[in-house]
Amino acid sequence: MFDNLTERLQKVFKTLRGQAKLTEEHLDAALGAIREGLLDADVSLPVVDELLAHIRQKSLGTEVTLQLLPDQQVVKIVRDELLELLGQPVRLQFASKPPSVWLLVGLQGSGKTTSTGKLAKWLAEHGHRPVVVSTDVYRPAAREQLAQVAQAIRQPCFAGTGLDKPVAIVRGALREAKLSAYDVILVDTAGRLHIDDQLMEELSQLKQELSPTEILFVADAMTGQDAVRSAGEFHRRLGLTGVLLTKLDGDARGGAALSIRKVTGAPVKFVGVGEKYDALEPFYPDRIVSRILGMGDVLSLIEKVEKTVDQKKAQKLAEKLRKSEFTLEDFRDQIRQIRKMGPLEQVLGMLPKIGPLANMPKNLEIDEKQFKHMEAIINSMTAEERTDHKVIDGSRRKRIARGSGTSVQEVNQLLRQFQEMQRMIKQYGSMKGRMRGMGKLAGLS
Amino acid sequence: MLTLFGKPEPTLLDRLKQSVTKTREQLGARIGPLLAGGRSVDPQLFRELEASLLAADLGVRTTKELLAGLREDAERGNFQDAAQLKEALKKRLADLLRLPEAAPAANGARPQVIFVVGVNGTGKTTTIGKLAWRLKQEGRPTVLCAADTFRAAAIEQLEVWAQRAGVEIVRQKTGADPAAVVYDGLSSAIKGSAEVVIVDTAGRLHTKHNLMAELEKMKRTAAKLVPGAPHEVLLVLDATTGQNGLAQAREFTAHAGVTGIVLTKLDGTAKGGIVVAIARELGLPVRYVGTGEQADDLVPFDAPTFVNSLFD
Ligand SMILES: Nc1nc2c(ncn2[C@@H]2O[C@H](COP(=O)(O)OP(=O)(O)OP(=O)(O)O)[C@@H](O)[C@H]2O)c(=O)[nH]1
Ligand SMILES: Nc1nc2c(ncn2[C@@H]2O[C@H](COP(=O)(O)OP(=O)(O)O)[C@@H](O)[C@H]2O)c(=O)[nH]1
Ligand SMILES: [Mg+2]
Ligand SMILES: [Mg+2]
Repeated sequence: MFDNLTERLQKVFKTLRGQAKLTEEHLDAALGAIREGLLDADVSLPVVDELLAHIRQKSLGTEVTLQLLPDQQVVKIVRDELLELLGQPVRLQFASKPPSVWLLVGLQGSGKTTSTGKLAKWLAEHGHRPVVVSTDVYRPAAREQLAQVAQAIRQPCFAGTGLDKPVAIVRGALREAKLSAYDVILVDTAGRLHIDDQLMEELSQLKQELSPTEILFVADAMTGQDAVRSAGEFHRRLGLTGVLLTKLDGDARGGAALSIRKVTGAPVKFVGVGEKYDALEPFYPDRIVSRILGMGDVLSLIEKVEKTVDQKKAQKLAEKLRKSEFTLEDFRDQIRQIRKMGPLEQVLGMLPKIGPLANMPKNLEIDEKQFKHMEAIINSMTAEERTDHKVIDGSRRKRIARGSGTSVQEVNQLLRQFQEMQRMIKQYGSMKGRMRGMGKLAGLS
Repeated sequence: MLTLFGKPEPTLLDRLKQSVTKTREQLGARIGPLLAGGRSVDPQLFRELEASLLAADLGVRTTKELLAGLREDAERGNFQDAAQLKEALKKRLADLLRLPEAAPAANGARPQVIFVVGVNGTGKTTTIGKLAWRLKQEGRPTVLCAADTFRAAAIEQLEVWAQRAGVEIVRQKTGADPAAVVYDGLSSAIKGSAEVVIVDTAGRLHTKHNLMAELEKMKRTAAKLVPGAPHEVLLVLDATTGQNGLAQAREFTAHAGVTGIVLTKLDGTAKGGIVVAIARELGLPVRYVGTGEQADDLVPFDAPTFVNSLFD
């Protein structure tokens, strides 16, 4: 949808070839591109402008040269700047004397209740004895929701039956926790607007009552410019200790993470990546930075691939790729591997939209069924055909279509896709070689 | 468009005034004088307008396009001062948003079927509660269809709203096939000669293929029972949403045939400017605006008031 930062900068610097040194004028053009990139990623305007001022200084200070991939040099400066802002992952805080209390706060619909469940599950898996409690006495069926969540993850929930004041409910939960030796109380709260004085005051009261060791701001990754206002106000009133960024399983760039960090200083401690209760991950600053800059969440993808891919097969494939011996047999292996990786759109969403993938249609209509068909087609080929696709003539195509219960068109399409992939692999192979060389020259890792 | 609102309504202006807050006032105080009459048209003015539009989530592209047009007019000497230029900008914005109302496909159809869709947590269920409440006031028999069978206690949440509004609800168990609930809901509405059926759907990210396919299936089921259904597909968009809102609108339109938008949570400080980008690209009209969590916190969209609110 959006150009990634590398592309934007490449465009800027293309016009500058042949000049020796980066002048302030050039830098302005580059900064303009960076500004647009960050705004498209939903970083709040005041935060963007402050970041740009830093990036300008650093770029002038490090003498970006125009001969050696100036775009890469500037991208590195931007990356470093964003990483510095996000800071390193931080430890979670527990009370010296249990039970610890963690309070989850945020706007309506940001994902507090679901995240309460996810955290309880996570804590239980890490040797804790959590209990959850809902103080959302306002939204219809909100307490029922948390009760059902707790049941689904098989963790205790303090229902507070008969109580309808948040303070009374948490007092009950504290008592219960001491009785049953729960060591962490996760307090779900009603969603509220940061400008709702009365409800914000209610949170202050809860804080006073509970002395929580963590006050986590649950924020939607799709949040736009308003992030600085809402997060800023929650922080001013409560003193946030951390942020939980939800709905990162979508394609939002997540620039709000930077805005929130900037105005609150609170580090992101977890990210939510799905509606299920195990869809909670630690926060990796480098991943979100890649995402914000439109460079794809390659690290998450690699991790996922590593988890599912058969290492031996992968090595063999790598060998073949080097020799450009990619066959239909390998293609079938790939399809199988991909199918094992899970929801495709999720996998594809993690890829950077650059290089050979730049023109990938946004809505790759590859669904499971299609993959099944593809596999069936290759299964219907003879060993000879699989190792050398060139022998597959018209009559063989008809036979394969019949054998796999597909059509000749589908067989043709698969062969086209295969050849396209072969071509890409060749390109990629040579690109990688080139890039390595250039990286060294430019002094990049 | 469904005429849900027969009698005079509190207007969007009334509602926004009610929720005027210190924050808003402070911001207004800053931006107001800057655009007051007498000020000349200079680059600084454009920078300030750009900042307002960007901070309201209109996005880089829409903002650039709007300002480029204004710049041309300014170069032709069309504006005497900043105030005139500001009026011209507002007019451009309002023109973008004042879309021809969708063909009233539902005319005569009974029951009229409304699907309410959107990503997680935007305010779908609450909006349905508010719509049901209005329809009830107008004496139009309505059935709610609890087709969010996924999220914990989603059905119970809608049940509370049905009770508040005093309308019928059709439900199955959590985990049931949502298309089957649609089938039940429409059947029941036909039998009881209800006038309107509103289908609550589970929040889903527009990037999830299987979930978008599920929506398509629900639509097919509806069309089998009531020709032409759903007559309206409302995409519920949270005003705090940034640039991702455009992708949401694109995908939900492609898969579910969105006919209009409901912009929720405008009672906060977020401006919801992404609907301008959506109107520009997809021509989707904003039908209603949510301004709170109570049953009557829903008002018809009104372009000029909305445009004004972008600047204060
Ligand atoms: N302030 C404010 N809050 C709203 C508005 N509309 C909905 N909400 C709140 O937003 C939260 C989410 O609303 P729901 O109606 O549950 O949203 P949903 O889209 O059905 O959510 P899921 O079904 O979980 O995807 C609730 O706390 C609502 O009370 C609005 O216009 N203003
Ligand atoms: N896709 C996705 N949905 C989420 C995530 N976290 C929460 N949700 C959904 O967002 C909606 C609102 O969540 P809820 O926990 O009720 O929000 P609350 O109003 O802040 O308590 C629900 O539909 C959840 O299933 C996430 O990380 N990814
Ligand atoms: Mg909740
Ligand atoms: Mg709902």
